[in-house]
Amino acid sequence: MILYDALSGWLGNEWAWLISNVVSILLFIVVLLVMIAYILLADRKIWAAVMLRRGPNVVGAFGLLQSFADLLKFVFKESVIPAGANKGVFLLAPLITVTLALGAWAVVPIDKGWVFADINVGILYIFAISSLGVYGIIMGGWASNSKYPFLGSLRSAAQMVSYEVSIGLVIITVLLWAGSLNLTEIVEQQRVHGWNVFTLLFPMFIIFFISALAETNRPPFDLPEAESELVAGYQVEYSSTPYLLFMLGEYVSIVLMCAMTTILFLGGWLPPLNIGFLNAVPGVIWFVIKVWMVFFMFAMVKTIVPRYRYDQLMRLGWKVFLPVSLLWVILVAGYLVTTGSFPVPVGVH
Amino acid sequence: MLIAIAFYLFAAITIAAAVMVVASRNPVHSVLFLILAFFSAAGLFMLAGAEFLALILIVVYVGAVAVLFLFVVMMLDIDIAELRQGVLDYVPLGALIGIIMLIEISMALGVWAFAPEAGGAVASPWPDAVSKITNTEAIGHVLYSQFIYVFQASGLVLLVAMIGAIVLTLRDRPGVRRQSVAAQVGRRREDGVELKDVKPGQGL
Repeated sequence: MILYDALSGWLGNEWAWLISNVVSILLFIVVLLVMIAYILLADRKIWAAVMLRRGPNVVGAFGLLQSFADLLKFVFKESVIPAGANKGVFLLAPLITVTLALGAWAVVPIDKGWVFADINVGILYIFAISSLGVYGIIMGGWASNSKYPFLGSLRSAAQMVSYEVSIGLVIITVLLWAGSLNLTEIVEQQRVHGWNVFTLLFPMFIIFFISALAETNRPPFDLPEAESELVAGYQVEYSSTPYLLFMLGEYVSIVLMCAMTTILFLGGWLPPLNIGFLNAVPGVIWFVIKVWMVFFMFAMVKTIVPRYRYDQLMRLGWKVFLPVSLLWVILVAGYLVTTGSFPVPVGVH
Repeated sequence: MLIAIAFYLFAAITIAAAVMVVASRNPVHSVLFLILAFFSAAGLFMLAGAEFLALILIVVYVGAVAVLFLFVVMMLDIDIAELRQGVLDYVPLGALIGIIMLIEISMALGVWAFAPEAGGAVASPWPDAVSKITNTEAIGHVLYSQFIYVFQASGLVLLVAMIGAIVLTLRDRPGVRRQSVAAQVGRRREDGVELKDVKPGQGL
């Protein structure tokens, strides 16, 4: 904003807008990636703690620099492209994964007004971008020209398409409840009605959480990279920086899903109680705390739930989540119509 | 200025990708270019201010339909050289169809006007700076009030198509043991375990 005012004097509004946005986006990405480095470390530490191990503890104090050491290791290694691979698509796939994962953050509000694009169809944008995430995986698996990656990518595509259906229906219930597709408005509605997780939408919170695990290929739904059957799924042929990009894209979308859970159900940047000193804490801190708590649940699920069999995964998606969420759409809509308690627009613009 | 640059960028990418769909040698590349064309078309929608349509285009076409295309094309064992042989034979026919469609579109646009039945739709709330109504709301107003019967009818058509597809592919395979989750969960210890008091030296 300060940069915008400084630049708009001698560049004209449009170019000043462009440059200041690019700079702030870069800053945001750096902060996000540092946070993801620590989320990755936390993932490994929690996993280790449950198994009574210590986890990474050599690089830096308590292993705090482990992720950065891994980053350097990946970047300096040789990138091997298999002879039979389709080179262009092979290298494009990890780029697509990480670009889409980062691109979705454009509409995520981390505090009131702290958002790059406060568009009216924010939630639809996130849904659209996350539905594109499957392309990185399919392209990677196909371009590797190898059996395990291809099987892994086929599994992943089927899995992500299936769980998107239930995520879509869950999102519909939330936006019926909030009366808007704007993420800021959805959060501000929760200031009025209380957090969505404590309302009629509670079952949807559970379905969304489990579907988010499946959508991001996290355990117990990590069938695309199940090491006991597919080695590493679509990532088998990848090494060094392309592998790093896949890994990064995966974790960025995991954090995105945590942020979406926070925004849709846990009140985003709102404090847990509407008390003076809690309100004084900046919203972004509440937001980050909530994201970390949701991620803690992701990590705990990874450590304690065994991997699903593939047909069980499909059964859960199509025969349990789809009917339940569809029923809940009807229920929520019916509740709103019969009680006449339609959400009143808060007006965030 | 920026919008103009963005428009020409998206338009150029759309056309180039559409050409590459036909021209590329590998069918999987064709599908990928098709996806790129959808995506930049969505960008054009976005520039025109139709953000809801743009995102629905991405969700439905790119996120779902094109994934199935990609699946099918990847699974097919296509001989690329054989596929390329006949392409040039179809060029005159394709060009003819293209020219006819171009003429038809220009004729239709020349006499284009709002149909009298659409008058209500024009009068309904319109997304602009004054009414502060969002794109999604505007579409919803028209779709669920004025065209509700047509909308429901098209939903029914899709339902019939879906049921038809399921009926066509459904086959009953006898002799396949299916997992019954209810039976598994409903199983108790008494059903599966029987304790026998075995006397020493006697056996069962």
